[in-house]
Amino acid sequence: MKPVEIKKDVYWIGAVDWNRRNFHGYSVAPMGTTYNNYLIMDEKVTLVDTVAEEFWGTLQCNLANVLGDRKIDYIVVNHLEPDHSGCLAKVVEKYKPEKIYTSPMGQKAMEAHFHYKDWPVEVVPTGSEINIGKRTLTFVETRMLHWPDAMLTYCPEEKIAFTNDAFGQNWATSERWADEVDRAKLEELMRFYYANIVLPYSPVVLKTLAALKEMNLEFDMICPDHGLMFRGDDCAWAMEKYQQYAEQKPKNRAVIIYDTMWHSTEKMAKAVAAGLADEGVSVRLMSMKSNHHSEVMLEVFDAAAVIVGSPTHNNGILPLMADMLTYMKGLRPQNKIGSAIGSFGWSGECVKVLTQWLEDMSMEVVEPVKTKFVPDHDAMEKCYEQGKAIAAAVKAKLG
Amino acid sequence: MPDQKERDPMQKYVCEICGYVYDPEVGDPDSDIPAGTSFDDLPDDWTCPICGATKESFVPED
Repeated sequence: MKPVEIKKDVYWIGAVDWNRRNFHGYSVAPMGTTYNNYLIMDEKVTLVDTVAEEFWGTLQCNLANVLGDRKIDYIVVNHLEPDHSGCLAKVVEKYKPEKIYTSPMGQKAMEAHFHYKDWPVEVVPTGSEINIGKRTLTFVETRMLHWPDAMLTYCPEEKIAFTNDAFGQNWATSERWADEVDRAKLEELMRFYYANIVLPYSPVVLKTLAALKEMNLEFDMICPDHGLMFRGDDCAWAMEKYQQYAEQKPKNRAVIIYDTMWHSTEKMAKAVAAGLADEGVSVRLMSMKSNHHSEVMLEVFDAAAVIVGSPTHNNGILPLMADMLTYMKGLRPQNKIGSAIGSFGWSGECVKVLTQWLEDMSMEVVEPVKTKFVPDHDAMEKCYEQGKAIAAAVKAKLG
Repeated sequence: MPDQKERDPMQKYVCEICGYVYDPEVGDPDSDIPAGTSFDDLPDDWTCPICGATKESFVPED
């Protein structure tokens, strides 16, 4: 994709990764992704972030296309993760910039990534301002959104915020703007990104949004480092979405996440689902054999109740459930009701182990149900009643 | 390091990694740390509720 002039002399010069399906090894990206970076042609030509290393060729073409016979004077590094800093060393070597600007934590991360000796790095804490000619750039540290080094770069003359991973979505498109694509799909992919990457730092999101409000910045464009950019009224829309996401208010929904060996736990899961559905709670069953843990997190994200199921296996739980629970706990979902189900043959530790996980995530626990070997009618009835009990807890929670 | 006895038990501490501020007046309810717990009295295995850094990453807030 060719560079796009988003405002006079301000260019998107990113790369579209059409075939990316595995995002950083922990999440799926069913629609691919983009690595967005930006070039501002002012008295000091300023590059904001780079792209993943394998797109060095694309970046060189895009730079040549816009730069002509000029060079890069300044580089702004908003975030050191390799999908954005992957070409940094090559750019520094080729263009020999006068200055590289990054946050205080960014400098530490840059040293630990590139082990450079003589780069002209200058640290810009929150509130720092640099002049690049007709324009200025100011910097706001956004620590833990989603790494300690993260910062956003704001250009008051253009009212553009370059927000790195914040507001990003994994979506490879030929369109560059949010207003050119299907809104429902965009919102789902934004939620997917948030649920799998930003979620644990929701308190930081709320603080950052409040701080931005206090700074009275005007936003004409929000330009993230993945996916579509936002312009005009969509800037407020994106911020409103992040405010909602960070508040983690649950909806009238439940998700049942399970693995099963001989279908007993699966039968139990279906009975629990029936109890929930009959009480008017929207429910999704997700087998770990059919779903990736990142897809499950999208459902967990706004569900009021999370039911986990596993048979007892070697005095514990099945490994796919251990994977899911480890991943979920790390993302720190809040405001959930939790409950456990599972079948067993002799020792029966499954629901105890599952319940411990739920408690470790500060979930409000509803009594678990376990069944010896294969559930009979009475056991299925118990699971159905458990579904109804969880539904009652959901209703109480949602008020 | 000054002697612990000289330290104000209500001194706030800031995480050098992520900027989270531990305020003894608030404690850390999510980790079951009651209000009024001084930084020194936090358990050794207590970690920053935002980024997971250990107590060693904290410095007194100016």
